Formats: sequence, structure tokens, C-alpha cells
Amino acid sequence: MNKPKKPPGFRVVGTNPIRPDGLDKVTGRAVYGDDFKIAGMLHGHVLRSPHAHARIKSIDTRKALRLPGVRAIITGADFPKPSVPMVGMGEGGHFDMNDAADNVIAKKKVFYDGHVVAAVAADNPHLAEEAAALIEVKYEVLPPVMDVRSAMAPGAPVLHETFNPGAFFMKTIKVLPNASRLELGAGDIAKGFAEADVIVEREFTTETVHQGYIESHICTAQWDERGQVTIWTTTQGAFAIRDQVAIICALPMSHVRVVPLEIGGGFGGKDTAYIEPLAAMLAKKADRPVKVVMSRAESLRATGPSPGTYIKAKMGAKRDGTLVAADLSLAFEAGGFPGGPIAAGTLTSITRYNIPNVRLEGFDVLVNKPKMKPYRAPGATQSHFAVEQLLDELAEKIGMDPVDFRLKNVMKTGDRLILGFPSPPIGGAELLEAVKKHPHYKAPLKENQGRGMAFGFWFGAGLTSSAELSVNSDGTVQMCTASCDLSGTRLTLAMQAAEALGIDVDDVSPTVGDTHSVGYALQTVGSRTTFATGIAVIETAQKVLQEMACRAALLWETDAANINVENGIFTDRNNPAHKFNFKELADKLEHSGGPVSAQSTVTPERVGFQLAALLVDVEVDTETGKVDILRCTAFQDAGKAVHPDFVAGQVQGGVAQGLGWALNEEYWYDAKGHLCNASLLDYRMPTALDVPMIDVVILETPNPGHPYGVRGVGEVPIVPPAAAVAIAIHNAIGVRMDHLPMKPGCVLQKIKDQRAAAAA
Amino acid sequence: MSTKKRVAAKVNGDAVEFLCEPRQSLLEVLREVLSMTGTKEGCNDGNCGACSVIVDGTLVNSCCMLGVEIDGCEVQTVEGLSKNGRLHPLQKTFLEETGMQCGFCTPGFLMSSKALLDAHPDPNEHQIRHWLSGNLCRCTGYDKIVRAVKKAARMQEAEK
Amino acid sequence: MAIVWIPSPLQSLTNGEITVRADGGNVKELVEDLDRNYPGFKSAIVAEGVLVRPGISVVVDGRVVKKGLLHPVGVESEVFFIPAIGGG
Repeated sequence: MNKPKKPPGFRVVGTNPIRPDGLDKVTGRAVYGDDFKIAGMLHGHVLRSPHAHARIKSIDTRKALRLPGVRAIITGADFPKPSVPMVGMGEGGHFDMNDAADNVIAKKKVFYDGHVVAAVAADNPHLAEEAAALIEVKYEVLPPVMDVRSAMAPGAPVLHETFNPGAFFMKTIKVLPNASRLELGAGDIAKGFAEADVIVEREFTTETVHQGYIESHICTAQWDERGQVTIWTTTQGAFAIRDQVAIICALPMSHVRVVPLEIGGGFGGKDTAYIEPLAAMLAKKADRPVKVVMSRAESLRATGPSPGTYIKAKMGAKRDGTLVAADLSLAFEAGGFPGGPIAAGTLTSITRYNIPNVRLEGFDVLVNKPKMKPYRAPGATQSHFAVEQLLDELAEKIGMDPVDFRLKNVMKTGDRLILGFPSPPIGGAELLEAVKKHPHYKAPLKENQGRGMAFGFWFGAGLTSSAELSVNSDGTVQMCTASCDLSGTRLTLAMQAAEALGIDVDDVSPTVGDTHSVGYALQTVGSRTTFATGIAVIETAQKVLQEMACRAALLWETDAANINVENGIFTDRNNPAHKFNFKELADKLEHSGGPVSAQSTVTPERVGFQLAALLVDVEVDTETGKVDILRCTAFQDAGKAVHPDFVAGQVQGGVAQGLGWALNEEYWYDAKGHLCNASLLDYRMPTALDVPMIDVVILETPNPGHPYGVRGVGEVPIVPPAAAVAIAIHNAIGVRMDHLPMKPGCVLQKIKDQRAAAAA
Repeated sequence: MSTKKRVAAKVNGDAVEFLCEPRQSLLEVLREVLSMTGTKEGCNDGNCGACSVIVDGTLVNSCCMLGVEIDGCEVQTVEGLSKNGRLHPLQKTFLEETGMQCGFCTPGFLMSSKALLDAHPDPNEHQIRHWLSGNLCRCTGYDKIVRAVKKAARMQEAEK
Repeated sequence: MAIVWIPSPLQSLTNGEITVRADGGNVKELVEDLDRNYPGFKSAIVAEGVLVRPGISVVVDGRVVKKGLLHPVGVESEVFFIPAIGGG
């Protein structure tokens, strides 16, 4: 791996210490969702709709209630009207809480296979499952609609008589019974295409995929006599769950305490309340603590996948390689409720290139599938699959090297985005140059092998974060944030605290707080924790140092303005004999005004964009259509890699997910809308045998929006792989791929079509 | 409704006796009856490997074995890897090579890797990937896990 | 006068103009000034009072400003209204 050298000026940032929570994880002590137990705890089981689209006529729970050991049953009728109809989430968009509540438990209609209709609490999980099977639900089964083109066609079954369009990211306008639309543009596309020497146009389809976190959704709820509920859960954001539970159960926010446990993966899929409101209501009704565990099948059937799509794309370039026009129409599944990641998919599709004439049209389309949720750079993988392939084709037709073609058009610092504003500092050209210079780019290939390159963009998020630091008398420091740790962020935050305070990282003890113990933070999403919570930590550290400087001034009987602090050493400008290191001063805090702690809540205003490129070599078995991944080199701009090994890990993980999306992963529904592959045998994620070692090249173009130059890194690595593999397949056997996943059958069909065309 | 059976086994070297229903999996017994929650449930149908344990020297998915089946057997779980406060080489190298992110699949990977190193003390990359192909990790892309196992093999060899 | 970039869905209000000049000490005043020349602009941006519509972020001189409509602007400022971005 190419590790950036530790730059002068940083002591801690840029090193690779061992994570403090790691010991608990290698010994089995770490407490994840299902590892939490409390005395008297009942077990919940959720009854889910076997139909993709149906009206609920009646629910009869009497038989189930008669089973000994059954303590409570809830249905949609047990829930109040949400206390707030719509919530904003800063940059993250806004959410229709009536839809969110209906997604938690169906009221009148079910909108997808696996939609919750009732839940049982019983003495043990097996009993709860038996009881759930005794609940009699009468449905009026309605015809489902399972893909975007059918849902937009005249006469399609209608999911919602009325709906509030487009929540997630960007406002859309209802234009069809099942779809809403947004449009963005620049220049004049007719003029642009008229200027083009080469035009390519293709249609693409992609299937629904799941985040695939290995730990399912699990939570435990317990009420006290004051009417306050505590929920222990595995989530990307305790406050987000707190807010959603409070609104859906119509409780004051202060009456809901959410304690985040260790989380076994999220990737965007665990920022939403699914079972937490159910556990809360069951626990209230049963007057006992209740744990609810989602099985793997439930998680696949009913939690946030990433949308299947239909994309029509047309792009034009001049013979010298200048891109002049792009016309894209993207239709993304929203699932059973409006508000999928269409805006992000649309916006990111071409953002990284300068194209003067553009029309981007996006449709958010209701289909009878689970409500689509964020999945690592939501929507970008799908739109890049189309756009990067067209770019490759344009380069081929012009006779230009595909990297040179991208270099000619790449967005640079200050270039205007389609939204008008100038790009903040960005290192796209440097990244592409690094691809070209890498030995992998020119390495030899054999027959039926091909190399693909794709270039990916993601915005990243800022959003609100909080941090609290308390100085102990021995000079060690407690650090608490509300940012759930999915991958080692406790350490990357502690490293930033240590850097700012001028102490060793081992002297900072990081914890993830619950909603009653630390200031507000939005979820660990949008690659924002090391970046945004990092800023909160650094600001807090500066407050601590300021207060400690005041204490040093008190002790030295001088003015605070005379105190200098550098690398944890406090000195007196007027008296060279006066000098404390951090520990020495910490020891004296008790007698100079008491212990020192500080807190900050921040919302960063300058988020650094994320860029990644992937070089991938494949080999195609032309008899079976199976594609093997031979070699991968991933390039990414980290701004400043706080923990280079963790950055590389994020990149490798994102690439592997992208390779799974490219080759295997898809939801498989039958005509009635039943999910046929709700298991990890049939929902085929990459194993260790499916991916090679993934080399990572980290570049560092500092983000001026962070004191140390940090950019988020988590999301963008998933963006290039699907497109890069498609291009590699083309370069191996000469066919253009237009469907995800590129499973053997699809590739074989392309080969057969190619042979038939050659024969004709 | 089932009646409970008495089972006697050894878990991580300690003799244990417990009552379990015939329908309870070994995974459920470990987690719910013996309160050893280090072994994880990821799918409960043998496809993710998070529940990997070693029974009489054989690597198994504990969700696919019944609790009653371990009567008289010797079971190794993640809780037994470190001895007297000393980490097993695999535990060390998974930390040093950052062979984990969320850490949920880690106990399963550690047990599969241990079974591998017990059988092949000096595995090549393909052997490692083959032995770990029953364990799903969604965070790491496996690269750093493979490195950690290779390094642990070298460390074990050096300790001999 | 500050420069306001008109989001493409609202360019029909400004007769296709992509950038327009407006007067005001903060974003809200710019929007009100624009609404006088291009009726409907305010209702497209402002939800109520000083709150921006859900799903819209205000960008002033390259910063996604937390204070939204209340953020001060200078005569040379560039102001953008962009869709809110989150992530996974």
C-alpha cells in the first residue's frame, strides 16, 4: 500500500495507532445489539405482510393472545398520530413522519413484502414466533408494481392516492400517479449536441441492492414509572432514533433515551427507526422490557435497500475531446414511500466534469419494495455506471486515452458545478494523473482479460456534531461524542483531540455517548464523522486549552494573554522559568478553580468533496459468462488521512461492496412481488474468494473546511467499481454492458448477441 | 413444546453442564444459556460465518448445529482465544493490521482463521481465502484480514 | 449588489437568467428584493418567516451556512440555493 508520509507539523494525525475498542472486539466482549440483556426481558416477534400490495381488512389477535406466555400484541391501531408531520435534517433533507410511521407499522395498506402489520412480545423468541403465526390478518390483495418503467406507465397500480413528493435530498414535483420529478440544467443541450462530433446514447438498468451489514437490526426497550423509555439499539445515530421514536410514539424527546450499542455495520441502512418504535410500544403494553431481533430475511425484505434504476443517457464531445453536452434521464425506485436518493444520483452523475450544456432529469418512482434508504454514496454508483461507460465509449470513438479524455474535462478548483457554485479545492486532475502514472495502468493483459477505469464523485455531508472533553487530574482526558463508531472513528476522533491538545493518543479515552449524556449529533452518515465530529473535537480541545492557559496564568500570577501553548506545553512569555507540560498543569487544576471540561456543538460549513478512481482487471470466461476480478488499484483523495490504514480499509471495503454490486448482488422478486432471495446464500455478497487484494493509493488535497485538511472518505470508494468492471469487460471481450449486476447469464447473453451479430 | 435435555461438554477447556431444548442451536445455547455472547448471529442459516466455533477440532457454524449435539464434545469459542491475559497471535494481528472495522464478524473470522492455522500453520493467500470463504465481512474487503492471518502465521512460527 | 444564482427549477421565474443581482444585508433581504422583480421567488425558497424550505441549503461564498436566510451577505457575495445533501 502506498502510505502518505507523515508530514511535518503533525504528531498524531497521519499515524496508525491501534483502536482502543479493538480489544473488546477481538475477545468477544464488545456489546452489540443482541448482546445486551436485562432482567425480565421479553422477546418480540414481528408479523410481516406476505403480500407486496394489499389493503388490511382486519387483524384478529385473539388466538395469539390466548397462547400462554404471550404478554402483548400491537398493531398499527396502537400508535398515535406522529407528533410532528415533517422533520428537517439539516443538509440531509426532510422526512414525512406520517410516511415514516406507516413504514414502521402499516395502518391501512401494506406497500411491500415484509411490511410490518403486527408485533408480539412473549416469554421467549420461539413462543413469540409461534404467537405471531396465530394472528389472523385479512387482506384485500392488490396488484403490485415492481419496476420503475411499469410504475410510470399508464394504468399502473397506484400505491398512494396522494403523497408528499421527494423527501430525501431535494424537492421533486409529482408528475405521475407513482412518480415525482426534478430537473436541473445548464446551457442549451440542442446547441451542445449540434456542436458535438461524436455522440453516444445508451439505456441502462440496475437492480435493487442491500447494504448487507452482517449484524441485523436489534433493540431492547424498557419504560420507567415516569413514562420515560430507554432504548438500547444498534444504530448509526442515537439522536436520529430518539427523534424518530419520540415523534412516531408522540412522546417528548426528553422522555426517550437512546443508548447506542456497538454496531455491526450500517452503510446508511441503520440511520432509520424500524423496530425501535415497535419495541417501545410492546414494552409499554406488556409493562416489561422487550427485545426485538430482526432475522436476516426480515432485514433483507424490509429494511433500506438502494434503488433499482432505469437510466437513459446521451453525451456528446468534440473530436479534440471536449465534452459539450449531456442529457440524462434517471428513474430511481423510491420503494413503498416517496423519497429515494434520486437527487443525489442525478447531481453526482456528471459532477466532476465541466460540461457546458446539460439537462438532468430525475424521477422518484413508487414501487412495491421497501422504502429505499441511503447506501454509501446514495444513488451515485447507479448514475456513474451509466455516465462513466458513455465517457469510455466517447474516448474510444474519438481515439483518445480514457484517462486523458477525463483529464481534459475534469472539474478543477473554482470551476462551476451544475448548481452554479464554484468547486472548493479539489484534486481531480492529480488523482487522474496518479492513475496514469501507476504501473497497473500499463501492465500486460492476456486473452479475455480487460482493464477498466472509472472516476467517481461524492459530495459528503457536514451536519451537526458534538463533543465533550474532560481533563483528569493525571493529565489523561475523557472524550465523549454522540457519533456512533462504525469503523474506528472513536480512534480517529481521539487522534484529533490528542493532536489539538498536544498529548499522546493513549491519554485520550474516547466513548460514544447516549442521548442523555452528550450534545446533539446527527448520524454517522455522509462520510462525516472523522470530518465534522473531528471539527467539534478540535474546537472543544481549543476551549480546554484556553481554560488551562487561564489556570496557568492564575498559578503564575500573570495575565492569560502572556501564556503560550504549543504541543501541550504551557509557557509564560514574560518568565522563561515558567513552564508546565499538559500533565503538570492538569495536576494543578483542582486547586486553581476545579477540573476543566468543555463542550462544543458544530455544523461545519465547508465540506470537502470526495473523489475516487478505480483500476480493475477482469477475466471473462466466454463459455459461461463468469467474470473474475484479477487486480484492483483504488485511488482516493483523503484530504488528510488521519489514520492511513483506516482510510485504506474504508477504500477496500467500499470497493468490495462495489464489486459485489457489479457482479452478483440483486433483489429477486417474483411477479407477485415476493422477495425470492431473502438469505445470504441467495443474496450473494462477495466472499474472500471473490475479490483480490485491493491496493490503495491515497492522495491528499487538503480540505480548507477542516483544521487539518480532512475530507470524508467512507462513501466514494463504492462509486467507481460497477462502471470500472463494465468497462473492463468491454475491453476484455468487446461488449458494452448495460445492466447491473453483470452476472454470468447477462454477460453470456451479450457474448451470444455479439456472435450472432458477427455471423449476420 | 419440548422438554429440556441435559448436556455435558467442555467449552474453552471448562466443563459445563446445561439444560437445553432440542430445537435450540449451539449458537443459541452459547449465547442464551451459557451467556457467552462473543459468538455472533449474522444470518442463522449457515451463510455468514459470524457464529463460527470449533467443535472437536472441526470448524462449524454454530447456528447449524444443535446444542444437544455437543454432549461430550470440546467447543472452542472466541472467548477462549486469549489465555491468562495474553492475546492469541490472531487477535494481535487483527488489531495491528486493522483486520476489522465494525468488528461484528471478527469473532467468526478469528475462529475460522484459528482452524486454518491449526490445520495449515503456513497458509498461502489462496488457502487463507478458501478457509475464510464461509465468513462474510462487509466492511473490509478482506484485504487486511488476509494480511492479519498471514502475519499471525509468521508470529506463531516465530513463537515456536 | 450581491449575485444570486438561480436554481434551474426557478429559472423560469427569471426569464432564463442564471444569475441576477439583488440588494440586501442578509439572504432573506436578497430573496425579498428578488421577489419584487420575480414574483414567486420568495415562496419557492422560504417556508415561513426566516426558515428556508425543507430540502434547500443556502450557500454563501462557498459555505453551506447554518443560519440560512439570516446569514449576512456583502456586496460582492455569491449566493446559491442548493438541494440538501446527506449520505449513507
